[in-house]
Amino acid sequence: MTATVHADEVTVTGPERPGDDVRVVRRRLGPGNRIRFSFWIGPALALAVWSAGSAAGLIKPAILSAPWDVAVAFQDQWVNHDLLGNILSSLRRSVVGLTLGVTTGAVLAVVSGLSRGGESLIDGPIQIKRSIPTLALIPLFIAWFGIGEQMKIITIALISLVPIYIHTHNGLRGIDGKYAELAETIGIGRGEFVRHVVLPGALPGFLLGMRFAVTSSLLGLVVVEQYNATHGIGHMITLAEQYGQTDVIVVGLVIYGVFGYCADSAVRLTGRKVLAWRRTLEG
Amino acid sequence: MATDTRGLTTRPAVRVRDLHRSFNRNGGVLNGLDLDIAPGEFVALIGRSGTGKSTLLRALAGLDRDVDGHGRIEVPASVSVVFQDSRLLPWKRLLDNVVFGLRGADAADRGRQALAEVGLAGRERAWPFELSGGEQQRASLARSLVREPQLLLADEPFGALDALTRIRMHTLLRRLCEAHQPAVLLVTHDVDEAIVLADRVILLDAGVVHTDVRVELTRRSRSDAEFAALRTFLLDRLGLDEENH
Repeated sequence: MTATVHADEVTVTGPERPGDDVRVVRRRLGPGNRIRFSFWIGPALALAVWSAGSAAGLIKPAILSAPWDVAVAFQDQWVNHDLLGNILSSLRRSVVGLTLGVTTGAVLAVVSGLSRGGESLIDGPIQIKRSIPTLALIPLFIAWFGIGEQMKIITIALISLVPIYIHTHNGLRGIDGKYAELAETIGIGRGEFVRHVVLPGALPGFLLGMRFAVTSSLLGLVVVEQYNATHGIGHMITLAEQYGQTDVIVVGLVIYGVFGYCADSAVRLTGRKVLAWRRTLEG
Repeated sequence: MATDTRGLTTRPAVRVRDLHRSFNRNGGVLNGLDLDIAPGEFVALIGRSGTGKSTLLRALAGLDRDVDGHGRIEVPASVSVVFQDSRLLPWKRLLDNVVFGLRGADAADRGRQALAEVGLAGRERAWPFELSGGEQQRASLARSLVREPQLLLADEPFGALDALTRIRMHTLLRRLCEAHQPAVLLVTHDVDEAIVLADRVILLDAGVVHTDVRVELTRRSRSDAEFAALRTFLLDRLGLDEENH
């Protein structure tokens, strides 16, 4: 119960007695408040199921090595087979390829989003490219660029370019036209318009594209590393496949998974920081 | 107001001659409109829906490049527009919105001062979504005034606000205009608002100036008899009876 007391100039509003707070509250339809460490609950649960299954003998080592066997294999690879070197060369490939793809994709999206001429030149080819799986282009790339690093990085760049382009372009075109009108009345130039209106307005789209691009780049990495790699996680997996070392294969898969998960988390955290101006269900 | 004599001796801030604008071939929205606004003069533009109020304002703002028409428009170099919605960029904090596009090393200081003038001191770091509708519209006024425009164009700026907030905004706008002395063209559908704020009320009908009256009230109070008489006159010209209003 609440009571309102008018005493000359003072208005007191509050519970009649402490602990007697009766209110009408609507059922929440949004996701509600954040849970601490919510990010890690799902993966931790998956690890627990895997451990329990292996310990109980439900998961045979020939099918999937137990987590502790994978840990031992990890240590063996680290000490005797330069695992760190493999991780670093894989990281280098995906970071270089991703950077190249993201930059190109974003620039193309802005050019095509802001000019009709650019759109007619860029948009069509990218939509056509989108329907051809990049991985199907690898044989062609090998013919063009050889089987070295160049082919690998170009494949990763191309595979991450498309989602960045699509989502940035979509986000940019979704910016309310009234902001462009405001910018016109304020009398700013194109450069300032791009910097203050277009880029921040397209940022939510760009970040969504980034999440797809990061995982696509890892997918590309896995595939290109099967081709004549002399180092890298893919190389390690290929060797383990030849020797039938399931535990080493799992080490490689876990590392790919950790890469992807960390990268995606980084993008999402960045998104939450730089999109503080939005009031959404994300919270 | 002292604008009478100034209006006669200096060039008008706004000069419109024989302005035509039309959205389709059937008929024009503006049909040969003539209008002068003196520097520092506050003009309110009223009229029924579809009589071309917003079309005229958008023509003066240079925002009608896709509309057919001809005629002469002369406006000052510095024109600022206040829209019905505040149009604050949601991704910029309040101060950055106010000084958006402003040049000069003292831009931030001028922005802070403008925010203080509209009663938003201390809210410089707020995001637009954290502000009420009235506060957002005050911020958009600050964004216009910080540019020291010679012409302020306002398209129903208080249309979306509640009655109480609107009255407060009237007082604020009146004070700001007296301090900064821009020529003002305010589009409104509210006759009372026009009389409270303006030096001159222009009624648009069929795309031309139908009625042009100077507001010479000693007291701008709605309860004043002269105020009521002017309101009755304007409503009559709008084609409404006092009873129907």
